[in-house]
Amino acid sequence: MTDYAVEFIGMTKKFGDSIILNDLNFGIARGKITTILGFSGAGKTTLMKHILGLVMPTEGDVIVLNQKVNDLSEYDLREFRRNFGMVFQYAALFDFLNSYENVAFPLREFTKMNEDEIREKVMGLLDSVGIAKDAAVKLPSELSGGMRKRVGLARGLALDPHIMLYDEPTSGLDPITTHTVYDLMRDTHRKNEHRGFTSIIISHDIHATLKYSDYIVFMEKGRVVEHLDVETFKKSENPVIRRFLEL
Amino acid sequence: MNVRAAVENKIIGLGDSVLILLNGLGDFTNFTVKTIYWTFKPPFRFKLLFDQLYFMGNKSLFIIFLTSIFTGAVFAFQIYLGFKAINADSFIGPIVTIAMAKELAPVLSGLVVAGRCGAAMAAQIGSMKVTEQIDALEVMGINSYQYLAVPRILGAMLAMPLLSGIFLLIGYYGSWLIGVKVIQIDEILYTQKISDFMRLGMVAEGLIKATVFGYLIGIIGTYQGFKVTGGAEGVGRGTNMAVVWGMITVLVVDFFLTSFLAKIL
Repeated sequence: MTDYAVEFIGMTKKFGDSIILNDLNFGIARGKITTILGFSGAGKTTLMKHILGLVMPTEGDVIVLNQKVNDLSEYDLREFRRNFGMVFQYAALFDFLNSYENVAFPLREFTKMNEDEIREKVMGLLDSVGIAKDAAVKLPSELSGGMRKRVGLARGLALDPHIMLYDEPTSGLDPITTHTVYDLMRDTHRKNEHRGFTSIIISHDIHATLKYSDYIVFMEKGRVVEHLDVETFKKSENPVIRRFLEL
Repeated sequence: MNVRAAVENKIIGLGDSVLILLNGLGDFTNFTVKTIYWTFKPPFRFKLLFDQLYFMGNKSLFIIFLTSIFTGAVFAFQIYLGFKAINADSFIGPIVTIAMAKELAPVLSGLVVAGRCGAAMAAQIGSMKVTEQIDALEVMGINSYQYLAVPRILGAMLAMPLLSGIFLLIGYYGSWLIGVKVIQIDEILYTQKISDFMRLGMVAEGLIKATVFGYLIGIIGTYQGFKVTGGAEGVGRGTNMAVVWGMITVLVVDFFLTSFLAKIL
């Protein structure tokens, strides 16, 4: 029996009369890198919001780390979200804090660590994502797109999450920086793999997805078209996937 | 047939406008209730509150100083021009001081704070919204209303009576400069008249008004920030709405508050 970090059971989401996600039944393997792939408007971001409990399903259940998300109270949801780290499309660093303070932010909010412990942890995280000491004091507006993503990743990792979510993490980056960021994501995953660390990436970058993922969930119009390991995915005969692969 | 169609269109348009208005009111009420709820829920973020108090209070001092000293001075001069004809220019002191305590200090401070801080609140929160920073807070399990709106609203509520009090003191000094040093009214007579007419309730009225205006400026500024959609254009629109609605609300609520406070003070 597969060990799932996230599981969707008969999950449908409607906004008014529009069906955004339609009867989803699949699980995301614990300890693996899974990419949710699809065209714009396929429902990828809405799916991710269900994992975080930011949006609730109209029908069915979302089970994350063995907890039924749609049964959690508002208070429990806030606690529950500490299981996640997230890297946003444009990093979403707090623009009033420098890089160091951005990474320290969740530690100050949710732990009782003293300043020395925070410093040690933050500098370690920044070092692990390749941010030099002098960049730690820079504001997000003074960082390049790639550096912002790195700081975002360090912030996401600060509370040692069980699941790391990446929402189109390489949007707006050049191809070389894109691969550097993906390398970093993979290295981060490998370093934390022993504790069942799960990475979920939302993307429409087919080449990076094939190179870095363990599993691929391909979505179209709110449905899962295929959910396969990478090697099987490459051989898929599904015409929509073939079109995507031939890009 | 054309007339009927035109009337139908008018009625539909009117209905749509009413629905938009009701929707907006519902949205604003929902926001207000949430901010009140989160004000009383721990953790209490005193550092953020002091940061806002510093920004709204301390950083507004210079503009309050300029506004109040010239308001006091010009008001005193205008009263003098009118009252000297009936030989009542010794009443400049009480008239200016009472007007400032009850009306000018809270209202003009309110307009200054709405322009300066209401706009800043909407711009800061709005730009955080369009750059997903508010989503980042929520994903971390931090309530964005509690983190962003509550300290700003409370900061405005605390800063406004302080600024209004400072406005009154500096405005009084401006009127004193004109009345005593320029027009040469006897200083003892000038201050004696003020103490004859001035009551503590008048100062209290101004401070109560200032606190209410602070709350309104805070709630409108933060609401407009959270309501921002789109990119930079949306932030600009939200900022503009925060200033316009903040100022209008201060002026309109002042009228009703004056009527209410006149009965109880």
